[in-house]
Amino acid sequence: MSYSTQLLMTLPELVLAAGSIVLMLVAAWGGQASTKLVSWASVALLAGAGIALAGPSSTGGAAFGGLYHADAFSAFAKVAIYVAAAVSILVAPGFFQRTSGDDLRPEYPVLILLATIGMGMMVSAGDLLSLYVGLELQSLSAYILASFMRRDTRSAEAGLKYFVLGALASGILLYGISLVYGFADTTLFDGIAEAYSAGTSGSQHTGLLFGLVFVFAGLAFKISAVPFHMWTPDVYEGAPTPVTAYFASAPKVAAVAMAVRVAIDAMGPAIFEWRQIVIFASLASIIFGAVAAIGQTNIKRLLAYSSINNVGFALIGLAAGGEEGVASVLVYMAIYVIMTIGSFLVVLQMRGQDGEQVESIASLSGMSRTRPGLAAALAIFMFSLAGIPPLLGFFAKLGVFMAAVHSGLWIFAAVGAAASTIGAYYYLKIVKTMYFDEPAPAFAGKTDLVEGGLIAISAVIISPIGWLVFGALGTWSLVAAKALF
Amino acid sequence: MITLTHYLVVSAILFTMGVLGIFMNRKNLIVILMAIELILLSVNLNFVAFSSFLHDLVGQVFAMFVLTVAAGEAAIGLAILVIYFRGRGTISVDDVNRMKG
Repeated sequence: MSYSTQLLMTLPELVLAAGSIVLMLVAAWGGQASTKLVSWASVALLAGAGIALAGPSSTGGAAFGGLYHADAFSAFAKVAIYVAAAVSILVAPGFFQRTSGDDLRPEYPVLILLATIGMGMMVSAGDLLSLYVGLELQSLSAYILASFMRRDTRSAEAGLKYFVLGALASGILLYGISLVYGFADTTLFDGIAEAYSAGTSGSQHTGLLFGLVFVFAGLAFKISAVPFHMWTPDVYEGAPTPVTAYFASAPKVAAVAMAVRVAIDAMGPAIFEWRQIVIFASLASIIFGAVAAIGQTNIKRLLAYSSINNVGFALIGLAAGGEEGVASVLVYMAIYVIMTIGSFLVVLQMRGQDGEQVESIASLSGMSRTRPGLAAALAIFMFSLAGIPPLLGFFAKLGVFMAAVHSGLWIFAAVGAAASTIGAYYYLKIVKTMYFDEPAPAFAGKTDLVEGGLIAISAVIISPIGWLVFGALGTWSLVAAKALF
Repeated sequence: MITLTHYLVVSAILFTMGVLGIFMNRKNLIVILMAIELILLSVNLNFVAFSSFLHDLVGQVFAMFVLTVAAGEAAIGLAILVIYFRGRGTISVDDVNRMKG
């Protein structure tokens, strides 16, 4: 394969990388005045990268000696990542305008772009080295984004906590990688898979097993699965809301897709070893995410626990393994991204008369009378997150449970389904607050056209109208899953 | 004769010290940054030891990448620490408690 063909496969990353470097210079020279230009150019770049996915970057296969995989699986994840990145750039100007103290700076969209390149590398990585570099590019940008409101002490604290625990997670993952490298004698996923199927006894087996445990612990940190979830609520609460919307969507998809590729591609032969870890993390996330969310009074914190809960459900599909399991994970994450972005966009709409952001759940009281449209949209997202038919969230959950049942994990699926009813309690409590409680002071009027439009679009996709695209989503996810086997 | 096992043991000890340094330390955030560096260096020791033992260069290449990323990580960590200190006037671990629950 010629060098230029291989470069063509990485076209989405090339577009974003070149574009973000240029935009960084524009931001440095233009200063504050260039914010609008840089934002729109970033969204255009993301759209361009999305179009570039249609070419050999979704069908090309392995490039650069297996370091980079351009297949349908990575293309599926990248579409979700690009959409989430574009949304968080689009809604940022309105948010920063309303909050006093910090302005939106042109570095914000550039950092989002850099994180997006990192995520593209994560989902396309076919080698532990490219995986690590992609992961760090994403994490380092994310640390800065979390502490973007420099005058807000909560934002700085969120950045600090994210940095310390994220760096620890990278360290644990890296330690696992070093052990896997040492005992498999390669960092390529294919070679690692061979080592796992060959080394079934002796010291090589022990070494590989230790490596596997460390790698999965590191991955669990990045997808915020219990017992490595403790950073999530604090970071989600402290970070600026558009950034939180981004954290809850794009890096989640990227990290889950990366975990799936590592588990299936690199450690596939060791499925009985990692399945135990994944099942434990999954059930613990579902139950803890649901129980801990009940007492929350801050909506961003509640959504953080909700994201822990949802990652648990996505892990059910991974534990099931096989094409059906992987496809169900992809469908789950795609639908989850839409639901969670929608919910955070509604949070952006919550602001008092002076325009300051309000985050308490109590302030949602009686919203059905003051803002009926917004209340209906949030109700749709909450019902969908709780997994109530006929909304798409139900089919996402159904998919992962079916995959688990088909691979013989009956008890696991049953416990997961039972635990999802605990989660339904706090989602429904929000709906009850909005529809049956005495109205609290109304939120400031005048909806931003961009935010309102995006909320409407995500609510429509989640509603039964979304069935129109659900078939295509299912087919595409199966094609994407086949790329891994 | 120093064998691979010796290197792995030293690196495991360094790694454990780094992790404990993050969790047991109640005083100073700078110490946490040092503990993170310790973890990354223990990993590098692993990589280089394996690389030499296996006669394979990938491990050393990986170690160079880790070093580079570690430098970037330290820079960003210190930058966040500076804005945190500006806002709060302290870098004590016990005071990192604006958010709870």
